[in-house]
Amino acid sequence: MKEEIIIAGFGGQGVLSMGKILAYSGIMQDQEVTWMPSYGPEMRGGTANVTVILSDDRISSPIVNVFDTAIILNQQSLDKFENAVKPNGVLIYDPNGITHPPKRKDIKIYIIEAAEEAARLKNAKTFNMIVLGGFLKVKPIVKMENVIAGLKKSLPERHHHLIPMNEQAITRGMEIIKES
Amino acid sequence: MIKPENLVYSRTKVLTDNIMHYCPGCSHGTVHKLIAEVIDEMGIQDKTIGVSPVGCGVFAYNYIDIDWLEAAHGRAPALATAAKRLNPDKYVFTYQGDGDLASIGTAEIMHACNRGENIVVIFINNAIYGMTGGQMAPTTLIGQVTATTPHGRNVELNGYPLKITELIAQLPGTCYVTRQTVYNPLTVRKTKRAIRKAFENSMLKKGTSFVEVVGTCSSGWKLTPVAANQWMIDNMFPEYPLGDMKDK
Amino acid sequence: MEKAEYKLLKGNEVIAIAAIRCGCDGYFGYPITPQSEVMETLMELKPWETTGMVVLQAESEVASINMLYGGAATGKKVFTSSSSPGISLMAEGLTYLAGAEIPCLIVNVVRGGPGLGTIQPAQSDYFQATKGGGHGDYRLIVLAPSSVQEMNDFVDLGFELAFKYRNPVMILSDGMIGQMMEKVQLSPEKPRWTDEEIETLYGSWIVKGKPATRQRHVATSLELDSAKQEKFNYKLVAKYAEIAKNETRCEKILCDDAEYLIVAYGSSARISQKTVELAREKGIKLGLLRPITLYPYPTQAIQELLPQLKSVLAVEMSTGQMVEDVRLAVNGKIPVEHYGRVGGMIPTPEEVLNTVENLIGRK
Repeated sequence: MKEEIIIAGFGGQGVLSMGKILAYSGIMQDQEVTWMPSYGPEMRGGTANVTVILSDDRISSPIVNVFDTAIILNQQSLDKFENAVKPNGVLIYDPNGITHPPKRKDIKIYIIEAAEEAARLKNAKTFNMIVLGGFLKVKPIVKMENVIAGLKKSLPERHHHLIPMNEQAITRGMEIIKES
Repeated sequence: MIKPENLVYSRTKVLTDNIMHYCPGCSHGTVHKLIAEVIDEMGIQDKTIGVSPVGCGVFAYNYIDIDWLEAAHGRAPALATAAKRLNPDKYVFTYQGDGDLASIGTAEIMHACNRGENIVVIFINNAIYGMTGGQMAPTTLIGQVTATTPHGRNVELNGYPLKITELIAQLPGTCYVTRQTVYNPLTVRKTKRAIRKAFENSMLKKGTSFVEVVGTCSSGWKLTPVAANQWMIDNMFPEYPLGDMKDK
Repeated sequence: MEKAEYKLLKGNEVIAIAAIRCGCDGYFGYPITPQSEVMETLMELKPWETTGMVVLQAESEVASINMLYGGAATGKKVFTSSSSPGISLMAEGLTYLAGAEIPCLIVNVVRGGPGLGTIQPAQSDYFQATKGGGHGDYRLIVLAPSSVQEMNDFVDLGFELAFKYRNPVMILSDGMIGQMMEKVQLSPEKPRWTDEEIETLYGSWIVKGKPATRQRHVATSLELDSAKQEKFNYKLVAKYAEIAKNETRCEKILCDDAEYLIVAYGSSARISQKTVELAREKGIKLGLLRPITLYPYPTQAIQELLPQLKSVLAVEMSTGQMVEDVRLAVNGKIPVEHYGRVGGMIPTPEEVLNTVENLIGRK
């Protein structure tokens, strides 16, 4: 198994931490992982993206040109990464703020209305976990128990009481993701 | 052979037998001897680390019989910072001239003093670069002739004499800041007391102790040793007045 | 056997954690992107409360490297970290450390230059790290990690080599490995050396306070007698030869049947390893030689492969620095080409493959 994922959106949407939880989940099931962020001034209020790779074998390049899955959370990122999805790959996007939806016919496109759902739950912080849930429904590459274990590892102890809420958000994401 | 009961003076044990390279009339030798006497009298030869500068004092490690670090130009306070923090049971001092401390090493001395490092700084101010052949120092007096101010130090071109010890005294990290000299027995004794106090302070976690010694450079000033002393009294002391600036 | 515990950590974070765990005595540094997490992690972990390690934010890189001098000369394990412009400021201290034979560790998380340049990854400090940086005839031992795991492992290794040879060691990383997170197995914890242990191991040279019974120790690089200075320079040469003999390290990937070879270190090696995978899928017999020590350089390992090779490609994020050492090793026997991206641009595996295919006439 090897999955090369790009997660891209605005800074502050939880892009990097979503990637981190996914990577930690991979470690929990004995996989090799890399997490390679964009960094620097472009992160301040601009776009943020992270490449996450999970693999059963040693990972060569942490930087790749094409992805098995693109998780897209704003228009700029969609413009940048739509063509970077491998043929037959997966593109998941939140339609919130998207004016030019993806057009490719050779990939599977999914919609997750995570921003709207987070607003409905009155908890903006669950946004990225809803998106993660949607991804795991489409690509069940890590088990839920390992995601929870990964959450425990990546959250400081003082935030562990938030884990059940995150788990609910992941489950909700699994329910609301739909094919485009 | 001198009988022990007749012995009134002997060479300081903490000085080596090496013949000093300093010019006749130079103040360095006197200050070296005072440091060695203080180390000897306090019985701390095995607990003392000296940091020597670049300048005429570079070879201090040939004369005072203790372990030494030889620093790059101006960096002695940085070396001393780490040596002391990693070995708080040791007495750590820097020995620096005016070019080393007040020109190229300004950042290091200001920040070491501002952090209140528990070290001793011995600062020799003779208003000139001795080792490189008598060029202008930051402490060179207005109008003073040096190799690089052959027509006298000119304010428009070279700015003003830097009273760095007055600046150091403003820093809350320092506990003892004083300006002394060593041209006669009285001032030598006073300077020795200041050095001893500084060494004692460094084990009391009070902060940095800073002892400036206004000295002569008869070669650089192109004067005889006696005339150099008089020139220092007439010209240096008005610009660099002696005494304690801070003692807390 | 107990199951090993793995963590997900950034390259920069793991440098800090590895230092504490291997019994490091002190860190002195100045913030600069992309490596500030090293000091931030140390400050967060407060090792002075646990192991007694000293951590100090210095006023400049100039001060940091000189603090290393002052600390290391007393026999303590001390290190600093910085990125390219900061390492330029440390160049003075590096040559004094090498000249006084003081062991210490410097981590350079390289960013693109020249000048203030970019904060994105680059490998354009290869010359500075391996050929000098400061003045005078001296060398640093240079380790080039290509993973977060190696960032962890090379801290302990770096100290070991530094003290074994009384020479400064540099870990030459870059913004990519510093900022990336990977799975990492932390090294076992080792206590800091006690003063007695330091005295036993290094009592012959450390500057620690002189008992009346022994000669004084002076950490210095000054020698005005030219004959003595020459003798010392050749003593260093002999030491470097010994280091080359014992410590040269590289990794060979799919080299057994390779007809074409990529030589790449650090981040470029990771990217090139993917290129090798892609090439093999296309039936191109491409291998990768990854120098792990950049000084000493794995010249012999390259030479041993020459009989089976048709050409060599050096891949690095510079306009052509390490390629000179590859050419020295190959010595004109087969063609050596260079491929690089610079200024913070990172080459993609496909780009590198394209270059390989062009070189071997497949395109």
